[in-house]
Amino acid sequence: MLRLYTKYLDMNLRAQLEHRQSFVMMLLSQALLAFSSFLVLQILMQRFGSVGGFGLDEVMLSFAVTWMSFSLAETFVRGFDRFSVLIANGGFDRVLLRPRSAILQVLGSTVDFSRLGRLLQALIILILIAVRGPIQWDFLRLLTLSNMLVGGFCVFAGLFILQAGVTFFTTEGLEIFNIFTDGGREFGSYPMLIYGQLMLRFFTFVVPIALFQTYPLAYLFGRSQNLGLVFLPLLAGLFLLPAYLLWRLGRRRYESTGS
Amino acid sequence: MRAIAAIFRADFNQHIQYRASALAGLTTQFFWGFMYILLYMAFLRSNPSAFPMTQRELMSYVWLNQGLLIMVVIWFVDLRILDDIVKGNVAYELCRPMDLYHYWFIKSVSRRLARAWLRMVPLFAVAALLPQPYRLMPPYSLLHGLAFLVSMLLGFFILNALTMFLYAGTFYTLNPTGIRTLMAAFMDLLSGSLIPLPFFPDAIRRLLELLPFGSVQNAPFLIYSGHIPTERILPTILLQLFWCLVLYAWGRLLFARMIRRVSFQGG
Repeated sequence: MLRLYTKYLDMNLRAQLEHRQSFVMMLLSQALLAFSSFLVLQILMQRFGSVGGFGLDEVMLSFAVTWMSFSLAETFVRGFDRFSVLIANGGFDRVLLRPRSAILQVLGSTVDFSRLGRLLQALIILILIAVRGPIQWDFLRLLTLSNMLVGGFCVFAGLFILQAGVTFFTTEGLEIFNIFTDGGREFGSYPMLIYGQLMLRFFTFVVPIALFQTYPLAYLFGRSQNLGLVFLPLLAGLFLLPAYLLWRLGRRRYESTGS
Repeated sequence: MRAIAAIFRADFNQHIQYRASALAGLTTQFFWGFMYILLYMAFLRSNPSAFPMTQRELMSYVWLNQGLLIMVVIWFVDLRILDDIVKGNVAYELCRPMDLYHYWFIKSVSRRLARAWLRMVPLFAVAALLPQPYRLMPPYSLLHGLAFLVSMLLGFFILNALTMFLYAGTFYTLNPTGIRTLMAAFMDLLSGSLIPLPFFPDAIRRLLELLPFGSVQNAPFLIYSGHIPTERILPTILLQLFWCLVLYAWGRLLFARMIRRVSFQGG
């Protein structure tokens, strides 16, 4: 299975590198999108100094983690993000005919490496924070950071899978999901606490974005010694479960669009 | 002129059919609007003296931006036109007894206007009924209201003129997604779509206000709420008029040169 997946990766990468100029242009424009969002964050933080009790470093870290995990999910789970296309053009029928896992095939159908452009920008910010030195890096803090990225990847991947699951019922992609995918990325650039208790609760228990940014920030920056915060981001992985169940339910009652 | 009116009517009527899509989009835009407001309020609480606008001005800006979104962002373009350019179908368009620049310009105008119309009416209706301080208030004065309409019209013209540069860019690069993302990234930042221009540091703000991008939404929205005082209205509108003329002339020149160079390989 892993060998098949690496084949898919290789295939996608080579296909995209065929049009090298386009690929670089896409990569750069993705990086530019991330850069302009970061510029806005800098402008606001310079003007106001802090927001909701969070300083520049904490907001920057929140931004880096959110954008990085979004970028990874958008690259590797892109097949689910573009699932409505697969349904509409009948491509999913072919997937079901093959004696291999449908999920693996959908994952492999599109791996969009140009989406890593946003990762580039987020990486630079992480290095910037490391150089500025507000965090006393040790093993547990590095573990926290990697858990945050894993949790973030799971939430955004879950959102893409959920969106694909709904497509089984609606055939068309739903613009509403953009609230949580693009919206999650844009508004998750800041710790969710700043939007008030109601929003924090929503983004903790329904779409658990706060689990991988707002809460673990306190441990990273030494404001809390609670070891539970190191592993809290992994709890966000649970979000994949309802996403998977809905997708499976949809697949069971799938009827071809006939095209 | 008769041809332009006919194309406008046909296109407008076609795009006004997408009611369900508009309704879905409406929910999304309310959510984005609210989240932006919550974000700005958080900054306002952190440091009230650094806030460059009044609350009322901010609410007008956010709701006007959401309601008129399709009339102020570059990325809402006709994908079919981009496809025609890449695939070469544009050859058919060149056979028409009408200038290509004007043909696409009017198609862009009618498409955006129809789609925006469907969203703006319900959005403004609800936004005007929200509890304070979230409510969309009427224009600052009757004069500001009328000036807003003029300014919005000019801004819309500028946006469509800029869209023509996007089409031209697609001719040269044949990579519509790349050029569209690139232009969208620049425009969102420089036009005041991500944050209103008053939030920028003063020197940068003054520069951005002079560029054509600042004329698209920042100028009309700030006139509406009275952030731009009465004596600054006329210079603002004259600047918009200037950019309308320059971008229109420049775009037509570009198209004329481009079409002379276009070659088709048949097929």
